[in-house]
Amino acid sequence: MGFTENDMAAKKNLIVIGNGMVGHKFLELMIAQKATEHWNLVTFCEEPRVAYDRVNLSGFFSGKTAADLSLVEPGLYQEHGIHILIGDKAVRIDRMKKLVHSSNGGSVPYDKIILATGSYPFVPPIQGKDAQGTFVYRTIEDLEEMAQYAKQSKVGVVVGGGLLGLECAKALQSMGLETHVVEFAPRLMPMQLDDAGGQILRAKIEALGVSVHTSKSTTEIVSKEGKVSKMLFADGSELATDMIVFSAGIRPRDELARACRLEVGERGGMVIDEYCQTSDPDIYAIGECALYNKRIYGLVAPGYTMAAVAADNLCAPQTSKFMGADMSTKLKLLGVDVASFGDAFAQTPGSKEIAITDAVQGIYKKLVLNGSGNRLLGGMLVGDASDYGNLLQLVQNDIALPPHPEDLLLPPREGKPAAGMGVENLPDNAQICSCNNVSKGQICRAIQENSFTDIATVKKCTKAGTGCGGCVPLVTDLLKAEMKKAGLEVKNHLCEHFAYARQELYALVRTYRIMTFDDLLHQHGHGLGCEICKPAVASILASAWNEYVLEPVHAGLQDTNDAFLANIQKDGTYSVIPRIPGGEITPEKLIVLGEVARDFGLYTKITGGQRIDLLGARVDQLPYIWERLVDAGFESGHAYGKALRTVKSCVGNTWCRFGVQDSTALAIELEMRYRGLRAPHKLKSAVSGCTRECAEAQSKDFGVIATEKGWNLYVCGNGGIKPQHGVLLAEDIDKETLIKCIDRFLMFYIRTANRLERTATWLNKLEGGIDFLKQVVLDDCLGICTELEQEMEYQVSTYGCEWKATIEDPEKLQRFRHFINSSQPDPNLMHVEERGQKRPAYEHEKSVLGRSS
Amino acid sequence: MTQALPTHKASQWVTVCSVEAIHPNMGVCALVEGKQVALFRLGQETEVFAISNYDPFSRAFVLSRGLVGDRKGTPKVASPIYKQNFCLATGKCLDDENVSIPTFPTRIVEGQVQVGIDKIESQL
Repeated sequence: MGFTENDMAAKKNLIVIGNGMVGHKFLELMIAQKATEHWNLVTFCEEPRVAYDRVNLSGFFSGKTAADLSLVEPGLYQEHGIHILIGDKAVRIDRMKKLVHSSNGGSVPYDKIILATGSYPFVPPIQGKDAQGTFVYRTIEDLEEMAQYAKQSKVGVVVGGGLLGLECAKALQSMGLETHVVEFAPRLMPMQLDDAGGQILRAKIEALGVSVHTSKSTTEIVSKEGKVSKMLFADGSELATDMIVFSAGIRPRDELARACRLEVGERGGMVIDEYCQTSDPDIYAIGECALYNKRIYGLVAPGYTMAAVAADNLCAPQTSKFMGADMSTKLKLLGVDVASFGDAFAQTPGSKEIAITDAVQGIYKKLVLNGSGNRLLGGMLVGDASDYGNLLQLVQNDIALPPHPEDLLLPPREGKPAAGMGVENLPDNAQICSCNNVSKGQICRAIQENSFTDIATVKKCTKAGTGCGGCVPLVTDLLKAEMKKAGLEVKNHLCEHFAYARQELYALVRTYRIMTFDDLLHQHGHGLGCEICKPAVASILASAWNEYVLEPVHAGLQDTNDAFLANIQKDGTYSVIPRIPGGEITPEKLIVLGEVARDFGLYTKITGGQRIDLLGARVDQLPYIWERLVDAGFESGHAYGKALRTVKSCVGNTWCRFGVQDSTALAIELEMRYRGLRAPHKLKSAVSGCTRECAEAQSKDFGVIATEKGWNLYVCGNGGIKPQHGVLLAEDIDKETLIKCIDRFLMFYIRTANRLERTATWLNKLEGGIDFLKQVVLDDCLGICTELEQEMEYQVSTYGCEWKATIEDPEKLQRFRHFINSSQPDPNLMHVEERGQKRPAYEHEKSVLGRSS
Repeated sequence: MTQALPTHKASQWVTVCSVEAIHPNMGVCALVEGKQVALFRLGQETEVFAISNYDPFSRAFVLSRGLVGDRKGTPKVASPIYKQNFCLATGKCLDDENVSIPTFPTRIVEGQVQVGIDKIESQL
C-alpha cells in the first residue's frame, strides 16, 4: 500500500471507509488535530471522485461542475500523507485478522476503522421499477445518467415529495422537463411540515410550474418498448412520463457491518454509543450509516458532529460525546424558504400552537408554545424563514417570550422594530455565529475586555461574522448594547475622522456653506480622512453645491468609480454605461454603441435598467471611448455614482393597447430632471403606463404608475439584497404636483439619510414611517418644502455632463493612463473569449496564458 | 507572498516623475524596471510613499487607484476593489495581519521622484 516498514511500526493504521461529506470531514478534523503524526490514514472511496457537496447536488444542473462541488482542496490528502483509494471499495472486514479486503483483491491491516458508508436511495418495490428511464438521485454519476436520458425526454416525475425529492424536482426542471412530484403522504415534506404548511409550499411550488400529486401510491410502472411510459396509481389514476426519479428516502449502507456481525438496528444502521463506537470498540460509525439511540440522522450537520466526536476520541479517548442532534433545518427548496425547528409538530404534552397562513403572499408560520404560553418549543416557517435564526435562539435558550408571542410572527410595521427579539435577551451561551461557533458570551467578553468600539475589530478578534456574514447585524447590536452598558454613548459617527453623523455633516455643510473636504475636516474633523468619510463628504458636497466632481479639490475624495467616471471591475478594467433616458434609443445611437464596443473590443450586455453596458475598458481607453460617445450625443449615465441611475419605462399609451398615459415621455422627463443628482446611495426609478406595471415601478426608490386620472407615486421600494415594495405616497396627481412631490421627497431623503442607506431602509428607520413622510412632503408639516424645492431647482439648473467636461480638459485627461511614466497599458490584464466576446481570465486560465510580470 | 529572492542593501534609484505629477492624496502608478509601483503623497507633504500596485485580494494591479487617508494616524490606502487597507509605510494589510505587500524606498532629487528598486522581496 506504499507504506515503509518504519511507518508501519511507528504509526497505527486507521481506515476510513467512505469518502463522502462526513468521511472527508473526519479526515479534515484529523489533519487539524495533527493526528497524522500518530496514524496512517487510509480512505476508501468507491465513487470515481473525492468527496463532494451532495447537499447542493442540484447545482450540477444550474452550471456547477463536479470540480465546483468538490469539498477537497486539491493536494490536501497528498500533503498530509493520506492514502486515498479512489474507485476502490472495501468489500469485507475481517475482524479476527484485522484486515479490510478491497474490491481490487488487496487487503489493508487496520487498528481502527471509521465506517462512513452513508446511505443508498430507497426504491419502493413497485412492479416495473427497473425499466429503462428510472433513476435514483445520489451521486454525480446518477445525475450524469439523468441528464443524458433527459435529452430525449419531455416529462419527468420525482417519486417522493420530501426534502431530497424537491431538490430533485429542481434538477429536473432545470433540465427543461415538465416536472411532476408524486408523494405518498397527503402533503409535501411530511416529516417537516404539517398540512397547512404543506399546502402553502405546494401552492408556491405549483406556481413555479411543478405539478404536485399527493396521496398517490404508485402500483405499477408501465413501459413501452422497454422504456418508461406511464405510472399507475392505487386510486385508478395514471400519469404519462418519460422518466422517473426515486427519492423516497434513504437506507443506511450497513452491508459491511452485517457481514462481520456488528450490531445493526432492525431497520438498518450500525448501532453506535455516545463515542460513535459500534459494538466492536475498534470500529466507529459516523454519518447517516450510524444508528444512535434508535435514530438515523439524515442531515449533514449531525454527521459532522459525529465526525468531530470520533476524531476527538481517537486522539484522546472519551473526551467528547455525541448526545443526539437537533434536526432543525432551514432550506431553500425550488427557491422557497422552508424551516422546521424544535418540537415542530407540538408533541410536547399540553403544548399550544399559534399560526398564521397568508395564502396571498404564500407564507405560513407556526409557533409551538408550552402550556403556559411563555416559552417557545418549536415551529415551522414556509415562504419566509428570515426569523428562523432568532426563533431558534428562543427555543434553544429557553427564553421567556414577550406578552404577545403572536407578534413574533408578524413583520415589523414600517418605522417600528420587530417585536421582542432583541439580542440583549439572549443568554450568554447563545450561539451567535454558527459558522465559527462563537457565543454571545464570548463576543461580549471580548468587547468588554478590550473596550472595542467598532465592529471590524470585534469581528477580527472573535471571528464572529467572518463566515457567511449573516450574524453581523446581531454582532453589531451586541456591540451597541455593550457600549451602552459601559456608559459609552453609542455614536452614529461617520468614522474616526468626524464625530458627526452624515446628516449632521450635511447640515454643517449647508449652514456654513462649506465647499471643500479640507475645510470641513479642519473645522469639524481631524486626521487625514479615509475611504469612508472622503466619498461620503464628496457626495454631501455634490448634493449641496453640485460642483464638477473632478475639480482638483474634489478629485482626491472620489471612490475609484467616481474618480474615473466608470465602474471598476474585478480585474481593474472599467465598464461604460452611457445614459439612455427612459430606455429609449434611436437606431443610429444604437449603432454607435455597437461600433464603439466593436472598435474597443468591449464585452457588451444589456443592463437591468434598460441601458447598455460596455465592459472591459482599460483606464487609458476611457477618454477615447467617451470622445466617440459624446460626439454621438451620449451623456454620462452616472452608473458609477451614488446618484440617479435610470428611470425605466414601458412603452405606454403611444404604442401599448393597454396604456393610459405616456410613460416613456414622463420617464425621459424625470431622468433628464434628476440626472447626475448625487445622494446618500444610488437612486433608481421607473414609470409604468398602466396598472399592469411592466416597468416594475414599485420596486424603485421612486416609481410612478399611470392611472386614468393622473399618476400614482410610490416611494422607497427596493430590489437588491432585501426586496421591499414601494409605498403609495400620493394618488391620481397631475404631472406638476408629481414633480414637486418627487423634488421634496428626494431632497428630504438626501438631508436625513445615513451614509449608504437606500430609501427603503431609510423609511423603515424613519420615526413615524410613511405617515410622517406624507406629512412632510404633502402637508409641509416641517415648513421646509419651499427650501427643498429650491435646493432641487439648483441641482437641476447646475447639471453638467461630467464626461463632456472631462474630455474637454487636457489636464484631467492626464490621469487616464495606467502608468505615470509610460504610455503602456496594464500588462497584466488577460482576457479569454467566451460566446463570441471577451471576459477576464480566471486565475487558473491566467497561469496557462502566462503572467507577464 | 514571500518568496526567497536575494536582497541587496544597495539600491538602484530610478527616476519616475516630478513631485507635482503626484497630486496630493491621489495615487499614481509607475513602471519601474518592469514592476508596477503605486506612489502616493499625503496632504501637502512632499514625502512620497511607494508600495506594490498589486492587490493580493483581488489579484489586480489597482492599488494606485485606492483612496488614501489614515487609521489612527497610520497612513494607508484602501484597495478600490474590496476595500482592504494597507499601511503605506510598511505594506502591512491593516485588516488581515497575514498579508503584506512590498514597499519601496523613495527620495526626491531636484524635484524628481526616485524609486529604489533593489530592496525588493518579491513582486507577487
